[in-house]
Amino acid sequence: MNTMSLTNIDAGYKTRQILHDVNIDIQPGNVLAIVGPNGAGKSTLIRAVTGVIAVTTGNVRLGDDDVLSMDVLERARRMAVVPQQAQLPDNFTVLEIVLMGRTPHLTIWASESQADYHAVQDAMNSTSIDHLATRPVGELSGGERQRVLISRALAQDPEVLLLDEPTAHLDLKHQEEILELIQSLARDKCLAIVVTMHDLNQASRCADLVALLANGRIQALGTPDQVMTSDHLSKAYEVPIDVVTHPYYSTPLVVLRGTHQHCATEQFAERGTLVPHTPPD
Amino acid sequence: MMHRRPPIPLFIVMLGAFVVATILGVTIGTVDIPSRAVLELLAARLPLLHLDLPYPDKFATILFEIRLPRVGLMAITGATLAAAGTTYQGLFRNPLADPYLVGIASGAGLGATLVLSSRVYETSIGLQAVPLGAFVGGILTVAIVIISARVGSSTPITTVLLSGVAIGSFASAFTTFWMLRSPDGLWRAFNWMLGGYAGGGWTPIMIVLPYLIVGYVILQLNARSLNVLQLGEEQAQQLGIRIERTKFTLIAAATLMTAAAVSFGGLIGFVGLIVPHVIRILAGPDYRTLVPLSVLGGATFLMFCDLAARTLLAPQEIPVGVITALAGTPFFIFLLRRLKRSVF
Repeated sequence: MNTMSLTNIDAGYKTRQILHDVNIDIQPGNVLAIVGPNGAGKSTLIRAVTGVIAVTTGNVRLGDDDVLSMDVLERARRMAVVPQQAQLPDNFTVLEIVLMGRTPHLTIWASESQADYHAVQDAMNSTSIDHLATRPVGELSGGERQRVLISRALAQDPEVLLLDEPTAHLDLKHQEEILELIQSLARDKCLAIVVTMHDLNQASRCADLVALLANGRIQALGTPDQVMTSDHLSKAYEVPIDVVTHPYYSTPLVVLRGTHQHCATEQFAERGTLVPHTPPD
Repeated sequence: MMHRRPPIPLFIVMLGAFVVATILGVTIGTVDIPSRAVLELLAARLPLLHLDLPYPDKFATILFEIRLPRVGLMAITGATLAAAGTTYQGLFRNPLADPYLVGIASGAGLGATLVLSSRVYETSIGLQAVPLGAFVGGILTVAIVIISARVGSSTPITTVLLSGVAIGSFASAFTTFWMLRSPDGLWRAFNWMLGGYAGGGWTPIMIVLPYLIVGYVILQLNARSLNVLQLGEEQAQQLGIRIERTKFTLIAAATLMTAAAVSFGGLIGFVGLIVPHVIRILAGPDYRTLVPLSVLGGATFLMFCDLAARTLLAPQEIPVGVITALAGTPFFIFLLRRLKRSVF
């Protein structure tokens, strides 16, 4: 397994450059959360790394290999994407969708081998969807569909897994399940995982590293303790934000001070938890 | 692991229907030829078999010079249109897509009309020049559609559709204008559009069959890519599909097949639209199954329609396109209602 390194990345669309001078390293077995306000460039970063939009300067390396000059097939063998709000054709079964993850490993002449079916079975077991194999995807809930997408990405047998807002539109239980799944995949399969998120508290809990993006630039990069500070977040989101200590996990807990500062302060003061978060030594 | 079962019973039933359509197609007509006579006449053509048959000579003439070539051309045309329709529906992810979507019909119509109303038609090669005109017209139109739809280094599907509609309308308007300028060619062009050029013996089959075979092989090889493309271009690219190359290959194959088919078969509607949907209802969404079953289904359907076209008002012939719409639509609606679910 190799480290993925993004160096001096500038990328965007024809009329507008979105990302400016992005530098990130992500090690195998680690989860990197990319957070930031709407339009900061989180999804653009994933689309740039996977070749959907052009990178104008800079490079992306996976170990010694240049990702941006990789053939599309080679890139799909080494990096998998779980897109945001992905469309899935309703009449295909879960198994057929997950089998599509084997596409980069098959030649035009070949059909799926026993080894491909094993890889798919393994991916479906890891995401606990093996019992859904014959169900049409049109009949699945949002949480199940998200698992199918993650399973398809795992079937690609990648080194790097990129997830674009995987908990969006899910209820709390399913959000929790997806976060646990992401952490276990990094740990058990030694994948380098990049995940974009809106929920800063989820990012604090599940990520080893956090990159805070605003206006296409990295404002802060480091552990959740280092990045989730009142200063960094208030500046990036342009609203007053407090960071306290999570009562259960001892991770940074982000509290929007907003226009209800008085009310929020009193409630937290009663519980005795409104003390600024201090990273452990 | 449980996988969707290959629809082998469906394939067997469809193969049976194909055989029945072929037998009925060659035996029934103005002069009925018993199926036993057909089999014996065919057997007599085999090398080393010298049969002395008690049938009138006209049986052999009708069978080998008229019926078999006509049934064969209908089978090839139906197979080609259905395979191309399946491909376009998959590629454009649009249930309304048919083989004529990107302007090939208008282009072929224009090409045929120009030949039919020109001096070339009065010469000895006139009749043979019509399919060639249609073929060239169809291909050129699609080429113009694709070139005008290019945006930078990619060809967005929506732009192809819009460009196809616009350039197709232009070609149709030009055809109408040209027909009005040349009243002699009008009726001939109208006849070609409705019924094609079925009286050419074996030559049309020899010309169209290679396009069907090569096109079919290309479509079948790309059927898995077509499945992945149902996820949308971005996801397909992230799964390792070379989007632009795959789109170009599939459009080129389907276009060449359609152009070859319509050049002799005329602009037969509904086959390329309805047959793929019927097969999708019966066999599921996997293009690896859809493509071969559409070939079989399209061939069978058009053979039955042609039989009806020849016999219903005999000796008058009904344009086969009229039959395809009259017979295909109620059957399709029946299947849709019966399944009561989305098919695309």
